[in-house]
Amino acid sequence: MLEVKNIQTYYGNIQAIKGISLEISEGEIITLIGANGAGKTTTLMSISGIVPPKFGDILFMGEPLQELSPNQIVALGISQVPEGRRIFPYLTVMENLDMGAFLRNDTDEIQKDLEYIFDLFPILAERRHQSGGTLSGGEQQMLAVARALMARPRLLLLDEPSLGLAPLIVKQIFKIIRKINQENKTTIFLVEQNANLALQVAHRGYVMENGRITLSDTSQNLLANEDVKKAYLGI
Amino acid sequence: MFRFSEIKKSFLVALWLMFLTFPIMVIRVNTIYKTIEWRWERMFMVGIGAFFLSFLWRYLHKKKEAGEKKAEEAGTLPLAQRLIKNRQFSIPAAIGLGIFIIAFPFIFSMYQTNIMTTALIYVVVGLGLNIVVGLAGLLDLGYVAFYAVGAYSYALLNHHFGLGFWAALPIGATFAFLFGVILGFPVLRLRGDYLAIVTLGFGEIIRLILENWNAFSFGPSGIANIPRPGFFGMDLSLSQSITYVYFLMIGMAIFTIFVVKRLQDSRLGRAWIALREDEVACQAMGIDKTRTKLSAFALGATWAGIGGVVFAAKTTFINPASFTIWESIIILCIVVLGGMGSVLGVIFGALVLILLPEYLRAFSEYRMLIFGATLVTMMVFRPGGIITDVRKTYKFKGLKDKQPTV
Repeated sequence: MLEVKNIQTYYGNIQAIKGISLEISEGEIITLIGANGAGKTTTLMSISGIVPPKFGDILFMGEPLQELSPNQIVALGISQVPEGRRIFPYLTVMENLDMGAFLRNDTDEIQKDLEYIFDLFPILAERRHQSGGTLSGGEQQMLAVARALMARPRLLLLDEPSLGLAPLIVKQIFKIIRKINQENKTTIFLVEQNANLALQVAHRGYVMENGRITLSDTSQNLLANEDVKKAYLGI
Repeated sequence: MFRFSEIKKSFLVALWLMFLTFPIMVIRVNTIYKTIEWRWERMFMVGIGAFFLSFLWRYLHKKKEAGEKKAEEAGTLPLAQRLIKNRQFSIPAAIGLGIFIIAFPFIFSMYQTNIMTTALIYVVVGLGLNIVVGLAGLLDLGYVAFYAVGAYSYALLNHHFGLGFWAALPIGATFAFLFGVILGFPVLRLRGDYLAIVTLGFGEIIRLILENWNAFSFGPSGIANIPRPGFFGMDLSLSQSITYVYFLMIGMAIFTIFVVKRLQDSRLGRAWIALREDEVACQAMGIDKTRTKLSAFALGATWAGIGGVVFAAKTTFINPASFTIWESIIILCIVVLGGMGSVLGVIFGALVLILLPEYLRAFSEYRMLIFGATLVTMMVFRPGGIITDVRKTYKFKGLKDKQPTV
């Protein structure tokens, strides 16, 4: 479904990604784990076109993405939950969700998706007329995921959904991620620091270090790998 | 009773103000007799006045903070919003206001009508800038440039081709729109302070071009004898024509309010607000950053263009001196003071900021001082503007409201 071929991404003169390749097939949950500053978020930003790669190719369903603008990429069916939630604090929950459906005009279908989302996150239905900034961290994260789902993506990019949340809420969010994947067949690319949890949910995983991918295997194998255990699982 | 620390604080305030106002209040230099007059009694008046006023100031400040806390706890709307929501009050008030607006030029003098028309032009222009600054959050300090584009389009088209007001109005608006797009393209990749500086520069560039390109714009001497708006080819006397322009502006203001309201509640309007809050999140949602910003910038410019055409027609004479940076600042003040993003606030702000200096003419030399003091007081006690923006919340149709929360 998504093929990333040897991309290199720069912030000005600083190279954040030094040539990585990865592959995601339809219906999978793939995780990318690594330490701070490894280039995980940049990889997502490259895929979504917000920080386009300087070299290399990204193919989505056979279509090259690196020339497209972020809004065209969203239109193809890739939507991103940015790091640190980034909901719109002064818009209500409803309006936040409507912003997620910005490129869609099919009112009836939006309505259906909305009901589905309120099913997934009942707390958002309760708070729907509250402004986003008044939600708690966990609720904001749920809103961020829900907002991205409103675009009805085929590929959902999740950037650190566990960031700054209580363990119990993290568990809840991961449960929902799995549910989205199973019920909608939405492919999920999950970037995480919490390697343990991420590998438990994902089918396969990539390990990133200093802008390069150093390991790639199934989740079970990665969880059993001695190096991964030492570096990321703290066992 | 008052605590000692409060008295000390007020005393210090008094002392500081006495020092601050010393040069203008105490010393008077008589240049004819070459003497210096020392008016010490004034210094004591300032001191005593400041001493007591500082108590009042602190009292109001405390009351405001307590009030905010209470409103937050109770979840009540601000007073102005509550009054609008209350039908028993709002319907008679609207009718009364309507009658007042219609009767205005017949009750008051030509001079009053004229000032009111000016204020209405600023209402329209302020609402335009409200799109750019209040909704999209793009700080534009050169807004007056688009106002100038509108005014000069009418003046020059009329001078060279004899175009009338009604033909020039859409053309002026279009020109301002185009200028907005042309300027917006390179500039909108900048953010915040940088955008403000570049737009400031653009405003000055337009003014300087108008001032120096004599062959094109007739330089500082300006363009005179611009015809007032025609009324189906009828000849209007001066007072009739002023009344006519007044009603024209009323209609235009209502039209602007309608359009801006609709824009605000549209998806594009919400995208502007979203863009103001978080650009990266907007991109992740598939909102085209450039196009959305450009639309705000160009639509804002369009209203300035319309205001400019009416301004030229109303004053019948324009020159570059009407389009200085001061105008941009005043329009910005209208938006900020009235309440960013709030339509009602901007209308109120325009009326206050334009009418206040006019009616304060009686105080001649002190009028700018009072004006400044009003601005400072307003910003301390109502930082959100006179009428804070409470947006209409968006509801998906078909969903039942289980619990109405504010």
